[in-house]
Amino acid sequence: MIPSEKEWMDALISRHGMKLQEQFSSATVAVCGLGGLGSNIAVALARAGIGRLLLIDFDRVDLTNLHRQQYKANQIGQFKADALAENLSETAPYANIRAVTAKITEENLAELLKDADIVCEAFDNAEAKAMLANGVLGQLPKCCLIAASGMAGLGSPNTIRTRRITKRFYLCGDEVSDAADTIGLVAPRVMLCAAHQAHTVLRILAGEYEV
Amino acid sequence: MVKVNGTELDIAGKTVSEYLTTTDYDPKRIAVERNGDIVFKSQYDVTVLKDGDSVEIVSFVGGG
Repeated sequence: MIPSEKEWMDALISRHGMKLQEQFSSATVAVCGLGGLGSNIAVALARAGIGRLLLIDFDRVDLTNLHRQQYKANQIGQFKADALAENLSETAPYANIRAVTAKITEENLAELLKDADIVCEAFDNAEAKAMLANGVLGQLPKCCLIAASGMAGLGSPNTIRTRRITKRFYLCGDEVSDAADTIGLVAPRVMLCAAHQAHTVLRILAGEYEV
Repeated sequence: MVKVNGTELDIAGKTVSEYLTTTDYDPKRIAVERNGDIVFKSQYDVTVLKDGDSVEIVSFVGGG
């Protein structure tokens, strides 16, 4: 038996308090890229009761994703945005989720992300990460960006950190561990970085801007 | 002097592009902030670094 929406909200309010939950519930957060980072960020934010989640990815679920991304074996071949929205609707049934299957470019990002208060950069490719960072900071003057760089391999978990680069630009990761130079991406270290990003979203919404 | 990622460098008068050519940064993988604002890639050639500027260059690595 799934709880009613009122029961669900009351439970969130009992955890977070009315004021904080209102801050979470009134926010729109975009997650760009739904791989190891993005799928884990989205799970954390949906559970926390973020008002509107915009999930964007152009790709489909692949067998090689399942070791670190929040998909199920029976979802292989589905678009990630749709598969993740389906999974989140089971864990957080009243989350307001918009799933978009699209490749984000310099040209379309302002339109795709225009409603977002906060954008989480969760791409895999370094050049795409830089493109999104330049685009969000340059084209969306009111939006905060939480980007990620350096979370591959079996390095120490303690080197994953969050830095505030400028007033509205945060960077999570160790900033050096490139997926190409390591054994690749392993679930816990990617999840740590995703947790830094999701937690930074909650802190910004709570008015805690310093790291 | 210009502060770049926390280090004072004697590069006042150079453009962002001129400074970047003296480094190993891949221009396709970076975001450059000057005094808290993004420097558009199209402005790297014409943005002259001034004495007292604070510059942050974020260089992204792959993985996510």
